Amino acid sequence: MKIIETNALTRRFGDLIACDNLSIGVEQGEIFGLLGPNGAGKTTAIKMMTTLLPPTSGNATVAGYDIVHHASNVRRVIGYVPQLLSADGTLTGYENLLIFAKLYDIPRRERSQRIHDMLSFMDLEDESKRLVRTYSGGMIRRLEIAQSMMHRPKVLFLDEPTIGLDPIARRAVGDLVVDLRENYGATIFMTTHLMEEADLLCDRVAIMYKGKVAALGSPAELKSAIGKEGATLEDVFVHFAGSELESEGDYRDYRETQRTRRTARRLG
Amino acid sequence: MNSAILGTINFFRKALVIVELEIRKMRHDATELLMRAVQPVLWLLLFGEVFAQTHAIPTGNISYLDFLAPGILAQSVLFIAIFGGMSVIWERDLGIIHKFLASPTPRGSLALGKSLSGAARALTQAVVVYILALLIGVKLNWNPFALLGVVIVIILGATLFSAFSLIIAFLVRTRERFMGIGQVLTMPFFFASNAIYPISIMPPWLQVVARGNPLTYEVDALRALMLENGTSAYGLGMDFAVLVLVTVVLVTICTYLYPRAAT
Repeated sequence: MKIIETNALTRRFGDLIACDNLSIGVEQGEIFGLLGPNGAGKTTAIKMMTTLLPPTSGNATVAGYDIVHHASNVRRVIGYVPQLLSADGTLTGYENLLIFAKLYDIPRRERSQRIHDMLSFMDLEDESKRLVRTYSGGMIRRLEIAQSMMHRPKVLFLDEPTIGLDPIARRAVGDLVVDLRENYGATIFMTTHLMEEADLLCDRVAIMYKGKVAALGSPAELKSAIGKEGATLEDVFVHFAGSELESEGDYRDYRETQRTRRTARRLG
Repeated sequence: MNSAILGTINFFRKALVIVELEIRKMRHDATELLMRAVQPVLWLLLFGEVFAQTHAIPTGNISYLDFLAPGILAQSVLFIAIFGGMSVIWERDLGIIHKFLASPTPRGSLALGKSLSGAARALTQAVVVYILALLIGVKLNWNPFALLGVVIVIILGATLFSAFSLIIAFLVRTRERFMGIGQVLTMPFFFASNAIYPISIMPPWLQVVARGNPLTYEVDALRALMLENGTSAYGLGMDFAVLVLVTVVLVTICTYLYPRAAT
């Protein structure tokens, strides 16, 4: 059984088809990357799989549960780190974890141990009593990932986990993603628009363009598929998604950009 | 049956986790609550003292300041609750709300918890109003059951108006529009009620509006419970029934609107 399976998953916003007949399968224990330029529909896809957004048509299962009909079961077995800033800056790191430990029904007697383990795994022990708004961008991301890993989810969804981070913090988050799979056996589903990141971390990638999957396979497979000597994933991307810059905007673009920039600024 | 009970326990337990979250936030930033307390102080000290001199407002067997104190308590509860929706707009602009909605927390617990946290904030205001009322010589009722009644009325009133505020926030979605609408709505709630004058002196059409305003019943209950010689115009049973009913309806609407915040 595939741990994530989507079947012609589609979401429209008015005339815009943000996610168009997405059909992919993710194996247990895989690090799967959804790649694409801004506005390709990656976030829409991930929001549907995490039950935040109902699909217009099509369906999907996560860990065997239907995302529409068994949404609450899905929520129990997934972790989700949104692209936007999701840790609460007005609480301490410890409190951010405590609240989520309670919301995820981690039994009282295990709670402090779990929180402690997560803090030490994320190397945040010394800062746990400080308000999160004093954290660096990389620390916030680690805390957010800790929040969504405490209940040992089967699948961790990371939406642009390295957006707005400097190269060193980006590298640290990348290492962390690999560690999470090693230590907790989680399947990781991530979106990114950074080719080198996907190349380095992902077992398989799907390249999404204008709501559709343009290519799917391991980075090596995709590189050899375009038949160019010494191709990079960047070349693959350009091959399938075209090199044109986003030409037409719509009403969602401005807000998206505003949010992304704001997130980047807060993390940076 | 058994699972229904467990579900209900889980529902309220999760709502309380949300309240705990908000109380923890409040503890880290107490300045906002102090700032909020300025307004009721000004109303009681300036407006109250002036109108107490004029004897222009018929308040029955109690003094105008006695009459006003419960009204100002209700007002400060209203004001602190009505801007509570701002926080969900903020949480939505960041990604905080998305993370809560992707967790197994029931939507109703999120709606109720957020609304109840308005009550936690409102109770801090009640302490300020009580201290001030004591200082200016309002004849307060210190019977423990009456005090408990006051606490319950404040919790209900704050939850009600917080839920209302959340609904507005989910509908307008941006901070600017929310601030505008928040300002526009608090005034009619406040002035078309019995908070600072009795309904009997209003023109008939406004009396009808005031009788439909939940704040009127909150003030009425507070006036009966908070004051030594307090009486209720509509009966405490009626007051509580209206407040509970409206709160349940608004929190339910809020529950259905909550998931839209993540789309």
